[in-house]
Amino acid sequence: MPDTLLTVDAVTAGYVQDLPILRDVSMNVERAKLTVIIGPNGAGKSTLIKAVVGLLSISKGTVKAEGKDITGLSPDRMTDAGISYVPQTDNVFRTLKIQQNLDLALQKQANAAEKLAELYDRFPVLADKRREKAGSLSGGQRQFLAVAMALAANPSLILMDEPSAGLSPKAAEEVLDLVKQLTGQGVTILLVEQNVKQALKRADHCYVLAEGRNQIDGPAAELLEDPALGRIYLGGERRVPA
Amino acid sequence: MIGVISYLVFFATVAAILGIAVLGLNLQWGNTGLFNGGVVASFGAGAYGTLILGGTPQEGHLGGFELFYPLALLGGMAFSGVLAWVVGKLTLRLRHDYLAIATFGVAVAFENVMRNATSVTGGAQGIRGFERPLRDFLGSGFAYNLVFLIAVVVVLAGVYVFLERLTVSPFGRLLRAIREDETAARSLGKAPDKLRLTAFVTGSVIIGLAGGLYSTFYAFVSPQDVLPILTFQIWAMLIVGGAGNNKGAMAGAFLIWGAWTFSGWALSRFAPIEAQLYTGSIQFVLIGMVIVGMLLWRPQGLFPERLVVSQPGGGSREKTQAEGLT
Amino acid sequence: MIQHLVDGILVGSFLSLGAIGLTMAMHILRFANFSHAELLSIGAYCALVFDKVFESLLPVLAEKIGPLSMTGALAISIVLSMAVTGLSAVLIDRFVFQRVRQKGEELSMVFASFGMALIIRNVIGLIFGLSGELYSSDIAFAMVLSRDPMLLVKPDQVFVLIAALVLMVLLHLILSRTTFGFSLRAVAENPNLAQVHGVNLKRMIAAVWIIGGGLGAVAGIFYGLSYQITPVMGRDLVLPIFAATIVGGIGSVYGAVLGGFIVGIASNMALVVLPSGYSPSVPFLMILAVLLVRPNGLFGEARV
Repeated sequence: MPDTLLTVDAVTAGYVQDLPILRDVSMNVERAKLTVIIGPNGAGKSTLIKAVVGLLSISKGTVKAEGKDITGLSPDRMTDAGISYVPQTDNVFRTLKIQQNLDLALQKQANAAEKLAELYDRFPVLADKRREKAGSLSGGQRQFLAVAMALAANPSLILMDEPSAGLSPKAAEEVLDLVKQLTGQGVTILLVEQNVKQALKRADHCYVLAEGRNQIDGPAAELLEDPALGRIYLGGERRVPA
Repeated sequence: MIGVISYLVFFATVAAILGIAVLGLNLQWGNTGLFNGGVVASFGAGAYGTLILGGTPQEGHLGGFELFYPLALLGGMAFSGVLAWVVGKLTLRLRHDYLAIATFGVAVAFENVMRNATSVTGGAQGIRGFERPLRDFLGSGFAYNLVFLIAVVVVLAGVYVFLERLTVSPFGRLLRAIREDETAARSLGKAPDKLRLTAFVTGSVIIGLAGGLYSTFYAFVSPQDVLPILTFQIWAMLIVGGAGNNKGAMAGAFLIWGAWTFSGWALSRFAPIEAQLYTGSIQFVLIGMVIVGMLLWRPQGLFPERLVVSQPGGGSREKTQAEGLT
Repeated sequence: MIQHLVDGILVGSFLSLGAIGLTMAMHILRFANFSHAELLSIGAYCALVFDKVFESLLPVLAEKIGPLSMTGALAISIVLSMAVTGLSAVLIDRFVFQRVRQKGEELSMVFASFGMALIIRNVIGLIFGLSGELYSSDIAFAMVLSRDPMLLVKPDQVFVLIAALVLMVLLHLILSRTTFGFSLRAVAENPNLAQVHGVNLKRMIAAVWIIGGGLGAVAGIFYGLSYQITPVMGRDLVLPIFAATIVGGIGSVYGAVLGGFIVGIASNMALVVLPSGYSPSVPFLMILAVLLVRPNGLFGEARV
């Protein structure tokens, strides 16, 4: 019996009423596993995780976390439900210092000081730059800060939107390794990625979305070899994001 | 009886003149989504410009060029257009608050300068010495006022037809496109700033035309005619009529001007003597309540436009939400 | 000349206080609030009422404090008035702006704010009368700081300047040292991200109104101490306060502080060259100058 943490059941959602981007999308995310969502541009991948964290209203369907219905819960209650979200861009507060970013993310935690020390241990580069504005960080460092802020709330589930986008290949691999490492430590992760090959190499399970609907899903290792994936997504020409 | 008719002619003339100004504002706000916080400056520029250019020489202030009347009126409109161009040029490429603040500032500064620059504008005394056109021919009684009303209604109709044509022209469609989705319009290679500037200046010139007719009607203008309340009245007319709707704009002008005149009369007639000093305050509160109340309960106006796309607030709400999320 | 400079700094102190709240609301709610200056009137009249009440309840409070024309009653009234004005700002938002915000676009908010300004200003006029009021009818004597050049300063003005600076430092400490302050800045920069990190947007918006209303109340009271309290003080102050936010850059609290002093000083210095009748136009000239030279102000970021 698989241990499911997040269940997305037949969700329809979009930015504008009566113009859904997602139609009847369903998904199960297993505990302490890395689940990745891939699909062509405009498939609705980011839309799905925004809908899960309450930044978009869901017109049909339900979202459950730990068996509790969280459909339509306001975004500021998500951390209470054990869910953190790392947006693709603008995922740190550039005008705040690194320390202030972390203090903000830690503000509801009982043992904030301990937790902060822990995060600095994990990300020494952030400790070194704690007095600097987050806007001064490099792309990779900024992703680390965003992940650190997500971890601050002690989440059971982190939703990440293309953490490797816009990074150098080396920095991208570093970030994806970190993601993998987190699942090893018991954090469940739902990841949206364009960097298909790198993501599938590390993921446990994979969902493919296209045109706002579920296409196929299965164990990541199997999908990597599946010709159907090439048809839906890769279309012969393999586009490697910069 | 003749008294009532002559009053109605007088009322209709002022309402129709204000209707022209509301049409000009509708081009800016209703069709283009531009905020004009200084309607009264455009109106005043037209009013002062016309009288200075068309008046007889007076001691103590500029003017007395005795231009042929249509030229004087055109000059007033041009003055209004230039003022709008300067403000628009500086602010239209910035976020919309800047236009709101700058146009409001123009109105404050305009009244201030008209009041103080005595050698140009006659100061607090205003501009005198204007001969109404065709007065020798028509006299200055009821006949003149009736002909003037007809002329104003003809101008109002002309402006209405012009704006209706403009709305369905390629230019009007572009304005709507920019209003609905600026990024898309920009990506199609249209220059939104330029189009918006054109619409803003055109609207102000129309408001300036209304100002010119207004000062012609009274053959006089003073800083009392360019107080901020006029801006609020003209807004209320458009909000009541429904932004984006030219017919509604004209109906709103008659409705609000009627309500304003009536409330003023009723207050002066029935309010106790001690309260007479406060009739202005009561009327201002009423105008404020009309503006806020309409926005809260009937933002599309009393006479909403059929076309759904151009209603402020329809469709665009979802757009702002979407912007906030990307 | 030097007298104009000193007067300008004093005017700047209450313009800054008014501009701080305005720039914060403009940044977070994304609309130019033309009724912000009416909060100054609400604050000034609130303090007037409280002052009268306390003086009659506890005559001992009617004693003046040192050389100031201010009394103990007024000092307590300032604090109460800040609370009441902040609360009024929250209520105005709940019942008007929030509902217009949910219904329409940003432009409707600007119109609504003009409507509210008109209502508040004239209701105050109907309640308190159209003529000006003073907190104290005694003439406060100015101190002669220097005879050549002639430099006069009233003790009240010194108090106003110091109190304004203290409030600004306090706000700075809140914004730069407390997680509440970080939350406010986070909401200003990126409301969605702030929310997913557990910040309650509604609560932060209320906080912005309370801060804006509170500081606005102080600004209004200080204006009243320096000149007189009138129902149209909001109308006269709205443009200078907007000018301060534009000079400083919309959204920047520090910009608003600096902008307030710059506008205050410039408006007074302009009297050296311009006839005093033109002083209401000076803020507009400053707005034009800033838009020409540096459209995003001293500290502002470009944002469409």
